[in-house]
Amino acid sequence: MSEPLRATTPPANPTRGACITAITSGKGGVGKTLVAANLAAALARAGQRVLVLDADLGLANLDVVLNLAARVTLHDVFTGRATLDEALQPAPGGFSVLLAGSGLVEYSRMTPEVRDKLLDVVAQVRPRFDHVLLDTGAGISDVVLFTISLADEVLVVATPEPTSLTDAYATVKVLATTQAARPMRLLINQVQRAGDGRAVAAQLQQVVDRFVNPGLAAPVRLLPLGEVPLDSAVRTSVQRRQLLMESLPGSPAAVALAAAAARLLPP
Amino acid sequence: MDAFPVPHTPQGAHALRLDSALALLRQAGQGEPAGLPDSPAYLQTLIDQLVDLSSRDALTGLFNRRNFELALAREVDRVARSGEPALLLMVDIDHFKLVNDKHGHGVGDEVIRMVGQALTDSVRPMDLVARIGGEEYAVLLPNCPPAFGPQVAARVRQRVARSSVRLSDSVALAVTVSVGGAFAPQWVRSTPGIWLQRADLQLYRAKSEGRDRVCLEHTAAPDVSLQEREMLLGSLVIQDSE
Repeated sequence: MSEPLRATTPPANPTRGACITAITSGKGGVGKTLVAANLAAALARAGQRVLVLDADLGLANLDVVLNLAARVTLHDVFTGRATLDEALQPAPGGFSVLLAGSGLVEYSRMTPEVRDKLLDVVAQVRPRFDHVLLDTGAGISDVVLFTISLADEVLVVATPEPTSLTDAYATVKVLATTQAARPMRLLINQVQRAGDGRAVAAQLQQVVDRFVNPGLAAPVRLLPLGEVPLDSAVRTSVQRRQLLMESLPGSPAAVALAAAAARLLPP
Repeated sequence: MDAFPVPHTPQGAHALRLDSALALLRQAGQGEPAGLPDSPAYLQTLIDQLVDLSSRDALTGLFNRRNFELALAREVDRVARSGEPALLLMVDIDHFKLVNDKHGHGVGDEVIRMVGQALTDSVRPMDLVARIGGEEYAVLLPNCPPAFGPQVAARVRQRVARSSVRLSDSVALAVTVSVGGAFAPQWVRSTPGIWLQRADLQLYRAKSEGRDRVCLEHTAAPDVSLQEREMLLGSLVIQDSE
């Protein structure tokens, strides 16, 4: 394999531009936005041009996690009050963000208008970045499913907790049976004991093999992106309103997230 | 580079060989287009008639597989754009081979036609009924809310069951169908292939559960069965108690 030149070379696939990854979880509150922001920071550190697009149009909180004021938002772009360039803002971790803004509550239902606008924004940002992370909302509403359908890859974030696992499984099932086949990755967050994440991921794959894969032309293989330990450093960084990757880069959770980000880099 | 350039004639239509096309149309029971044989109107009508012919199934007059696939792709796009619900039903005649074996292919053809007619009669004019295989049909229902799905599919099945082919004055032959259905995923990027596969899976279910029945994919919140949940979480409990 050739020498990696990630820090200086343009994206691996210059004709298509960025790899778009939708980050989803089914259930909320599993640390999806936190994972998105810290993966973005780790990818940026590896020399990648990264954008996190707050696609949780109804209940966005990327701005809270990053301690950013949502001056110009996706809402302004949607309504023509601002250009995309004005809405793209730098985040502390060395990546860019497009914040949804609270005005987007009116877009929490899917309409042809929302569809066209999101499509347009994604088409515009694709050539300008190496990675675009779509931080989707919780649940599997039509907006979430649509947002996921725009992505080249899906990252499912779950915790070993029963409701989260069940929701993650339901999400995988819906995507596998209704949307075009794509790489699907799995990150287990808030793991209490080392190895639990791997066990949970294996279990999820077994249930998928048993109940989802029969009848599918392309069986779903959940690609493990790793496990992130339950770590008080996460809480500390959230309370300080700082990015974990910036404020406590040596913490177990930050190290695990950096390792996960490394697996997202092109080979 | 043409070694033998086509001679240019002012009335190009004179050079066209239309005999086979006209013979095909006559065979299909369509009259010759009106107008002068080399007028644009004549040719346009001829082309339209040929297009219609090549998009229909000769035996039933229903749309054929080619036209069905076009319509399915269009509908996937439309649903993705508008979010309007659309239902795809796959219909297969139960034990059709027995009909052919017992009564001959002539009766088999009659049955194929009769089922096609029953399907057409049981849906709206805007719905598309196609024969896509030997004894397999597809019905594409645009703008069909999920709540109506079971009722529509049941009507289709019952309508076929009530129809029959007359074998003699005193004997009529009836057949049943199995129906599988799936709704197009609203808003999202999908493919006609996935939609077809989902409906086919339901048809397979209807067949394996005993035929003469309807199986529709559940569309509401994704259902995670008790079995799935137990398998998913069973070991979790064990792990915690270790």
